[in-house]
Amino acid sequence: MPSRVTLSRVAIHATLIAFAAFFLVPLVVVALNSLRSTEDIAHGGVIGLPHELMWSNFSGTWSGYCIAQHCDGIQPYFWNSMRMVIPATIISTLLGALNGYSLSLWRFRGDTIVFGIMTLGVFLPEQMRLVPWVIVLRDLNLFNTISGLVLIHIVQGLSFTTLFCRNYYVSVPQDLLKAARIDGAGYFRIFWRIVLPLSPPILIVTVIWQFTGIWNEYLYGVTFSSGEHQPITAALIALSARLSDAPQYGEQSAAVLLAAAPTLLVYLFGGRYFLRGLTAGAVK
Amino acid sequence: MPHLVIWPPILVSCAYVLLFSAWTIWVSFTRSTLMPDYSWAGWRNYSSMLATRNWHIAYTNLFIYGTCFVVFTMALGLLLAVLIDQRIRAENIYRAIFLYPLAVSFVVTGTVWGWLLNPSIGIQKLMHDIGWTSFRFEWLIDQDMAIYTVVIAGVWQASGFAMALLLAGLRSVDADLLKAAQIDGAGPARTYLRVVFPTIGPIFIAVLVMLLQFAIKTYDLVVALTAGGPGLASTLPTVVVYDFMFQRSELARGSAAAVMLLGSLAFVLVPYGLYRMWQQRKARAHA
Repeated sequence: MPSRVTLSRVAIHATLIAFAAFFLVPLVVVALNSLRSTEDIAHGGVIGLPHELMWSNFSGTWSGYCIAQHCDGIQPYFWNSMRMVIPATIISTLLGALNGYSLSLWRFRGDTIVFGIMTLGVFLPEQMRLVPWVIVLRDLNLFNTISGLVLIHIVQGLSFTTLFCRNYYVSVPQDLLKAARIDGAGYFRIFWRIVLPLSPPILIVTVIWQFTGIWNEYLYGVTFSSGEHQPITAALIALSARLSDAPQYGEQSAAVLLAAAPTLLVYLFGGRYFLRGLTAGAVK
Repeated sequence: MPHLVIWPPILVSCAYVLLFSAWTIWVSFTRSTLMPDYSWAGWRNYSSMLATRNWHIAYTNLFIYGTCFVVFTMALGLLLAVLIDQRIRAENIYRAIFLYPLAVSFVVTGTVWGWLLNPSIGIQKLMHDIGWTSFRFEWLIDQDMAIYTVVIAGVWQASGFAMALLLAGLRSVDADLLKAAQIDGAGPARTYLRVVFPTIGPIFIAVLVMLLQFAIKTYDLVVALTAGGPGLASTLPTVVVYDFMFQRSELARGSAAAVMLLGSLAFVLVPYGLYRMWQQRKARAHA
């Protein structure tokens, strides 16, 4: 029955294409609107083609826009996010690798309980830590600073990075370690010479996971920073709240696109590792 | 010397999980308002939270949103996984398209869906402009329907995740099993229903639990999409926590709401943990 077979193939492709369109609509709409004028969008709706290409939306939103009395565009918030995400990602990944290494290859009494407690941190809602963080940040004098957010994301991230690395390192054969220890290698030497060279796959997964999660985080950003110290997610919400009476759709679309760009680029170039990170936590 | 490096991050991490949780639970039993105040208040904060209108609306909404979100995300994820499993050309492109929403923040998703669902500039406007003037799609500003806009945006963001995990499951089914079904004369539909889906049952449950805990934790998406409105119509428990803690300066009552949020998570995760332990014991008994 070749005709039935082809018919079902056509149906499969048609359904997939229809859903692909549904998934792409928001991205296409924002991309097109970032090049349209606000009058055009207010008049013709958000779904439409640009009449003329308004590249000025990008320069305006990047460095000319006013958010909360500061007229430097979204640029300072974008850099806030960068200054937050880069140290937090690197430090939490390194400490996670050390933790995972200690917990999987230097077994000690109670190590599974310690690991269990740390993994609980993956599931605890952020809302359970807000009040303690308020007090800790105030006492450390880190309230409303980027360093405060970096600290939060390192401590918060340890649960994830340790989970990822431990689950990866348990498959390193113990004999390898025993041999190294007989040769007189210590904790650091074994980590540096044996474990770290085996680690690039899991470190890439962890870095991508942390970068995406921290860049996209909103609740900590809005709770522990205000005004010019906010990361980009919090600034975007502040922007749309401020403009709710007279939205500037063109420039806001450009802002949204710029805010989404770093993680979209990471996804585009590291998609394979991105997916591995997602499944690592879930299927294990 | 290594002890100085091994212990601090491990201790910090454990203390963070245990002490911070205990701290919030403690605060929920005190009279704290704007500042922490450690005088004991008993269960008062819980009973007063349970009596608020916000709490009732939030949990009704969580029930509606959680159910719809999980059902539609699972259904769409499964449909896409099965379709992609049919030896499709350009499989990688489809997968990339279905998964990219996961790389984007909820703030971005919520903002953009807010525009698309806004009747005066979004889909309704488009329909009116092309001549279908009686078309109505005003969920975003409708008291009774606003929570369903959160479902739409949530399903858009998460079904790629369900698709990826379920597809990995479908691909892990033993080829001999499939061949045996084929020899028995089972068609594709029957093979999926009778052979494939039952064998990946544990993955269904894992995805279900992940999506449920994701639904309970949903916060930024609602803030960006509806800000909990119109009025309180689309508020969720997470929004109530923030509202009480920082907008009304009721730290103790906000903490009580956070502990109840943790309770609803435990309601999902504890049975799952027990199920996993039971499974592992079964596997060990077989081995």
